[in-house]
Amino acid sequence: MDYREMWKALGLDLEKHDEFLAPVPGLFGDLFMTQPNRAQGMDYFNFVMSEVHGLRVKELVDLKQQGKKVVASFCVFVPEELVMATGGAAIGLCAGAQYAVPIGEKVLPRALCPLIKSSLGFKLGGICPYFEVSDYVVGETTCDGKKKAWEILNEYHPTYVMELPQKKGEADRALWVKEVEAFKAKVEAESGEQVTADSLAAAIKLANDRRRALQRLYNTRKVSPAPISGKDALLITQLAFFDDPARFTDKTNALCDELEARIAKGEGVVAEDAPRILITGTPMPLPSWKLHHVIEASGAVVVCEESCTGTRYFENLVDENATTLAGQLEALSKRALNINCACYTPNEGRIEDIIRLAKEYNVDGVVSYSLQFCQTYGIEAKKVEKALRAAGIPMIHIESDYSDEDMGQLQTRIEAFLEMIKG
Amino acid sequence: MITVGLDVGSTSAKAVVLQNCRILSTVIAPTGWSPREAGQAVMEQALAQAGMSREQVDKIVGTGYGRVSMDFLDKAVTEITCHALGANYYFKDNPMVIDIGGQDSKVICLTKEGKVTNFVMNDKCAAGTGRFLQVTINSLGLDLKELDSLPAAEPARINSMCTVFAESEVISLLAAGTAKEAIVAGLLAAIAKRVATMAGSVGVNGPITFTGGVAQCDTLRGLLAKELKTDIVVPPNPQIVGALGAALVAQG
Repeated sequence: MDYREMWKALGLDLEKHDEFLAPVPGLFGDLFMTQPNRAQGMDYFNFVMSEVHGLRVKELVDLKQQGKKVVASFCVFVPEELVMATGGAAIGLCAGAQYAVPIGEKVLPRALCPLIKSSLGFKLGGICPYFEVSDYVVGETTCDGKKKAWEILNEYHPTYVMELPQKKGEADRALWVKEVEAFKAKVEAESGEQVTADSLAAAIKLANDRRRALQRLYNTRKVSPAPISGKDALLITQLAFFDDPARFTDKTNALCDELEARIAKGEGVVAEDAPRILITGTPMPLPSWKLHHVIEASGAVVVCEESCTGTRYFENLVDENATTLAGQLEALSKRALNINCACYTPNEGRIEDIIRLAKEYNVDGVVSYSLQFCQTYGIEAKKVEKALRAAGIPMIHIESDYSDEDMGQLQTRIEAFLEMIKG
Repeated sequence: MITVGLDVGSTSAKAVVLQNCRILSTVIAPTGWSPREAGQAVMEQALAQAGMSREQVDKIVGTGYGRVSMDFLDKAVTEITCHALGANYYFKDNPMVIDIGGQDSKVICLTKEGKVTNFVMNDKCAAGTGRFLQVTINSLGLDLKELDSLPAAEPARINSMCTVFAESEVISLLAAGTAKEAIVAGLLAAIAKRVATMAGSVGVNGPITFTGGVAQCDTLRGLLAKELKTDIVVPPNPQIVGALGAALVAQG
């Protein structure tokens, strides 16, 4: 189907958009389609990628024609359920493309997180239809970089900022509940619809079902030999951010049926002695697959991601037992404060999570990953290293960006690390 | 068992022929533009020197950035693993290796068996590498081999770690009449500081084996030892340590 008219109507820069999209099919083919013994259920996710700026965007355009709202976001703290409760769509935006980075550098300092530069670059370059179809973007006061970048983004696209607390004490919980209530008011004002206990209950269940499907997917990776590659699991998590929630959940569960059948037969996508790796750190949004690719091309398998494009996205459910709106809002707020992102202080919970996950997933080594210039995760990496060494779990710290410039260096480091843990 | 270890780096290609644990021959030659051909050439030369034929070789292992282009290898292993084994061959008790190569420098922590336990690399920038030294001393009309025979001097302050800007600084210092030996002392001090910081990040806790082409400069060895407050020793032929390690990997 030809989406050019739709993209044009959305106001995309067609020329830049073409240039940006052109290498994606080839790259996807090389990285994903060449993997041996992929489960049949991956066909759906291949399809979503092939339609990455097409079908889903059309669904959102149609939704808006019905008078509903599309609300975009970046971080996993945003209570999407409130948007869903008013019949709107909540879309997590991509931020992992090197193509968008130089565009972002027009308005942002060069020495800044590539994820932030890429986020703004997508908007400034007019190359993201999800940005263009959204009515407004929701940001939060997470790291300093994002906090200040929202001010600039707001000059280009309506941006609503929620104040995420820095700590997790009583005062902080109270602050966040107020922020969630204010966001509810914003969603209602924009959509012209009221959030009711019933509509919110349904939205919470919808979002939780998606989280449960991803939990189920990740659980299949605890087994050896892993029935699915890390790259594929990462892809699925990345797509969860913007695909239709009900359909995504359905297809992920169908894939899990297949993976569980494989497990029963002892069928995996790697040799049983392939080194098992946990990646922890900053998120890997679409379309960044570099680190997974280097690790898995070297004969290892990534079995878990302690990341916002990983366990931090779905490990916490929203309590479905609340029956009043007030109770539901309280339950919604709790989820964000249970996420162990490095933007909180202290963040000992993340260290505990990493050690726990390393054991649950029976890993041979941990790759601690942070984006270049990331202060929160970069600094916290020292604590992560200390804890892992004390626990006797081999680890390596990798700092990188979205470009291909450091492929050689990455390969040498990862290969040396794998040689080290193989012994 | 006869094995060959090849270390093809950005600047030079090295080959070592090993018979069990005895080094039969070593060859060093410039890599040139084809890592694969450089690897083949040094292997053939080393075999000839050892009086061996290709058929007598049981296994060939390659390392260095050129390892990916050598399709005739039995195995490719990273230079980190190889430098640890190669250094350990000479100094079993040293828990750390510092390697300064043509385009990277690395610090490796290892066990008494030569197994790597931790490592850190600088391979994104020429600062603290052989390239830095090569570019800067070339602009002084000097060669690496001459550095140790220069008279002692108070180090001139070199501010730039960037190889490009450091070269400009050196030329400015020369123009201002600064003695060559003072400039060289300044350059070596700059490298020592940079590499010492890297070693400090993984923690120095014993004597260090210094390898790589740049290890031939005894003045630098002394400066590093002073910075890190520990003994630093250099194996007889520091440039071939990676290739030796590869040959040892091939021994199994």
